[in-house]
Amino acid sequence: MFGKSVLKRIDWFTILLYVLLAGIGWINIYSSTYSENTSSIFDFSQLYGKQLFFIGVSFVAIVVILALETSFFERFSSVLYVIGLISLLGLFVFGKTVAGATSWYNLGFFNLQPSEFVKIVTALALAKYLSDIQTDINRRKDQLYAFLIVLIPTILIVPQPDPGSALVFLALLFVLFREGVPLFYLVIAFLMVLIFVTTLMFGTIWVGIALGLIIILFFLLKKTSFKVPILPVASFFVIAIVFSLSVNFVFNSVFEQRHRDRFGLWLRLEKDPKKLEEIRKTIGYNTHQSEKAIESGGFFGKGFLEGTRTKGGFVPEQHSDYIFTTVGEEWGFVGTVTIIILFTLLLLRLVHIAERQKSAFNRMYGYGVISILLIHYFINIGMVIGILPTIGIPLPFFSYGGSSMLGFSILLFIFLKLDTNRLNEWH
Amino acid sequence: MKKFLLSSIIIIIGIIFVGRLSYLQIFKFSPSQVIEDTAVKAIYDYPERGYIYDRNGKLLVANQPAYDVMVIPREVKPLDTLEFCTLLGLDKDQFIKKLKKARIYSPRLPSVVVPQLSKKDYARLQEKMRKYEGFYIQKRSLRDYATISAANVLGYISEVNDRDLEKNPYYIAGELTGRTGVEKQYEETLRGKKGVQYIQKDRFNRDLGPFKEGKHDTLPVQGKDIHITIDKILQEYGEKLMNGKRGGIVAIEPSSGEILAMISGPSYDPSLLVGRERSKNYSKLYYDSIAKPTWDRSVLAQPSPGSPFKTLNALIALQEGVMTTKTKVRCYNGFYVGSIKRGCHCGGGMRDMNSGIYKSCNAYFAHTFRKIYDKYPTTDEGMDVWEKHMKSFGLGGYLGSDLYTGSPGRIPGKAYYDRIYGDNRWSSSFIISNSIGQGEVAATPIQLANMTAAIANKGYFYTPHIIKEIAGTSIESKFTQRKYTTIDKEHFEPIIEGMANVYKYGTAKWIQVKGIDIAGKTGTVENFTKIDGVRTQLTDHSVFIAFAPVENPKIAIAVYIENGYFGGRYAGHIASLLIEKYLKGEITRKDLEQRMLEKTLEHEYAKPHSGEPFKINEYVW
Repeated sequence: MFGKSVLKRIDWFTILLYVLLAGIGWINIYSSTYSENTSSIFDFSQLYGKQLFFIGVSFVAIVVILALETSFFERFSSVLYVIGLISLLGLFVFGKTVAGATSWYNLGFFNLQPSEFVKIVTALALAKYLSDIQTDINRRKDQLYAFLIVLIPTILIVPQPDPGSALVFLALLFVLFREGVPLFYLVIAFLMVLIFVTTLMFGTIWVGIALGLIIILFFLLKKTSFKVPILPVASFFVIAIVFSLSVNFVFNSVFEQRHRDRFGLWLRLEKDPKKLEEIRKTIGYNTHQSEKAIESGGFFGKGFLEGTRTKGGFVPEQHSDYIFTTVGEEWGFVGTVTIIILFTLLLLRLVHIAERQKSAFNRMYGYGVISILLIHYFINIGMVIGILPTIGIPLPFFSYGGSSMLGFSILLFIFLKLDTNRLNEWH
Repeated sequence: MKKFLLSSIIIIIGIIFVGRLSYLQIFKFSPSQVIEDTAVKAIYDYPERGYIYDRNGKLLVANQPAYDVMVIPREVKPLDTLEFCTLLGLDKDQFIKKLKKARIYSPRLPSVVVPQLSKKDYARLQEKMRKYEGFYIQKRSLRDYATISAANVLGYISEVNDRDLEKNPYYIAGELTGRTGVEKQYEETLRGKKGVQYIQKDRFNRDLGPFKEGKHDTLPVQGKDIHITIDKILQEYGEKLMNGKRGGIVAIEPSSGEILAMISGPSYDPSLLVGRERSKNYSKLYYDSIAKPTWDRSVLAQPSPGSPFKTLNALIALQEGVMTTKTKVRCYNGFYVGSIKRGCHCGGGMRDMNSGIYKSCNAYFAHTFRKIYDKYPTTDEGMDVWEKHMKSFGLGGYLGSDLYTGSPGRIPGKAYYDRIYGDNRWSSSFIISNSIGQGEVAATPIQLANMTAAIANKGYFYTPHIIKEIAGTSIESKFTQRKYTTIDKEHFEPIIEGMANVYKYGTAKWIQVKGIDIAGKTGTVENFTKIDGVRTQLTDHSVFIAFAPVENPKIAIAVYIENGYFGGRYAGHIASLLIEKYLKGEITRKDLEQRMLEKTLEHEYAKPHSGEPFKINEYVW
């Protein structure tokens, strides 16, 4: 079917990590959705049975990907991208609404979530555009185009509403920085987040004072033999203050109450411990329950199928977005750290593979893959263990969900397929 | 550098995650979480509490079923409220209020609507119950008393409080525990051990089935029945005699130390503290701070013992060899302490030990007491010897019985007087009142009864105890070992003879019982109270100790009646009636019995509270 060279050159270490994650993930899905009345793991009326089916489907997809020409992905990326955008547009007409979000197509036997696949084609399209011989990443215009490639699907996804997925697309911008867009943008973005958070916590006045002090200290410590660039620094300061002032407006008038609650909980804005506890148990119910479930696992966990909170269904969406709580409760600290290590190894390995690519397209696509996986992993586990606000996105290869399982598998294996061909390409 | 940016981010994220997870799973984790897990509910199976029988196998305490009407608000269907309320004995507003409260507590979990319906009310309700969906009956077990006596002996049970919960992890809120008396002392025996079944719950608190297939479940262990040493008939009779009187009576079997009766007046019907009216009744008893029905005078009251104490002083004098039975002392209708004359009621004249006891001569025993002290070069040494002898009779300290409560009484030692008068600044004349059982000495009725048993046994006693038998096990060995006093056996003969003569010729000659040889000793105890801050003397306490028959003692008894005037009056009569009842089973002196049953001392008890001047020690009879 495909040449021996593919099997020989493919990165088996990555495959091993993939298989481990998908396997452990399925075991935990089984535990989360298991009830004592059913016996067969192939029972497709049960969620774990369905997930097994999708793992099978993913395997078929992987075989197909590995069998395709390597150049297929680069050549057809624009076409695929357009198809992806159309599929997102189609949702406005044919979309099926589940839990308030119109993100699915009803295909009868299962619901397809196109955004999971649009991630792949967007990563492909971005890589294709940036690796084009005529693109100069240092040109503002080209930067803008690259930005638009990411922004268009994001804009189409936001109104579904699916802010989590939208965030994932923005993560693709990280590819730009690897390819030479100045880190300045990243610093600005980081500063904006910082000002946003600190303004919510301490108010504009304190942020202004702190910022002023930092600037003064910065120049004092530099022992300025050169002239202080007063105008840029002053305008930066003014912009920061204006942004800080706008934070309160955005927070109070643009955000909905549930968003305010999530942020309020995350940043512990409520100072009265009694009220905070109350908020934790009502608005923060999900996070409260997931933290409790993980906590109750202790060091060694309660054992497979022994998680009382898992069995009692205390954690909402435990088989999908909150699957990590099952690991925490049943396998304890040992289990959770194992998963962290597996993800870390996988991501580092992918960075390693990306860096060894001779082809710019391959490398940029690789970075796209890493960005997508990393943002999922970071936000999902961060949310479940209570250090990030609640944003519902799945844990790659782990959470229940046909579209995401298939989507992440395709995303990863396109990259592995590209990697097998690295020696033949001389761009 | 850009190459490593991404790798560094990945590693930093990993470290943050591991840090947070160690905080949650290692630092914040506590093993007790597993028990407090909201997802697992323990359902308890309570065994029936053990019965309590008297020494002859007569039932004292059993259990009765009570029925709580429960509701699960979510399952309630529209109902005929009026009919249902009539059945429950509630009015409609109350009923609606209760339902509302239950709904606020939880729509899914049961709440009590009406607690503890009696069997009769339950019978009426039972056949109609099926009409009211969402309501059901939950059975529970309450104490059922087969006697109206012995409330303080038996004690009562009540729901555990926060302190109990803290002290003993066995209990959980809402459970019952013995609070006083035998119920408290033998709580673990009577209670048994509850069984537990762990149920896995879901987030709506619905059952999902047994937790871990019941691996941790346990079966209940039945509570054991116990037999106590109390004689039900004697106890009930004694309480009847205490009608309208305050005081304590303890009867002990000298040959075993078993407590035959332990009576405190006033008492109450133990069944008052069971059922729907419990808290109302309890408040009433608890807040009666004058008569104090829940204060067990038989073991807690510690008045001065009075003249019965003279017998011990006589024994000590003989043991120390400072007097013989023949030693004569002249009574001048009193005796002199320095230049102050103290009175005596014996009639005056020459007294030897025998007549000293049966006439209860104060002068004789003041002399005796001085002799004991004069044997030793210093009062300190004399005091130590005297104290040692006294304490060997179980006085001046806790007896170590298996009663839930008690008082130590007091035998003052030299440290006690040093504290009052200063080191070496007191002598035997300061403490001469102790010779006749007044002054600083104090003893509880049970100590007096035990002391009497030791005299009856001629020099030893068994630690008084209330437990006779716990199904299938023997009682503690400390209750079957003799405790010897420091007085040699031969010295008891003359004392017992003197005590027998108390009945034959002495202070109790009017209350002889035909056919029973009794040895006894009267006591009349001066006592004081404070009325508006003024120390005021009240009518004397009436005290009596006795044992019978003299030759083969079967019962030793101490009776203490507050403000009953002299010893032969109330205490002596009641003691003789109880001895007769115990030994013969019936009373021959019906008129005397009648008088004791009817006479009350309420007029005496009212005096200090009347706010008017009053006389004491009146001869009205």
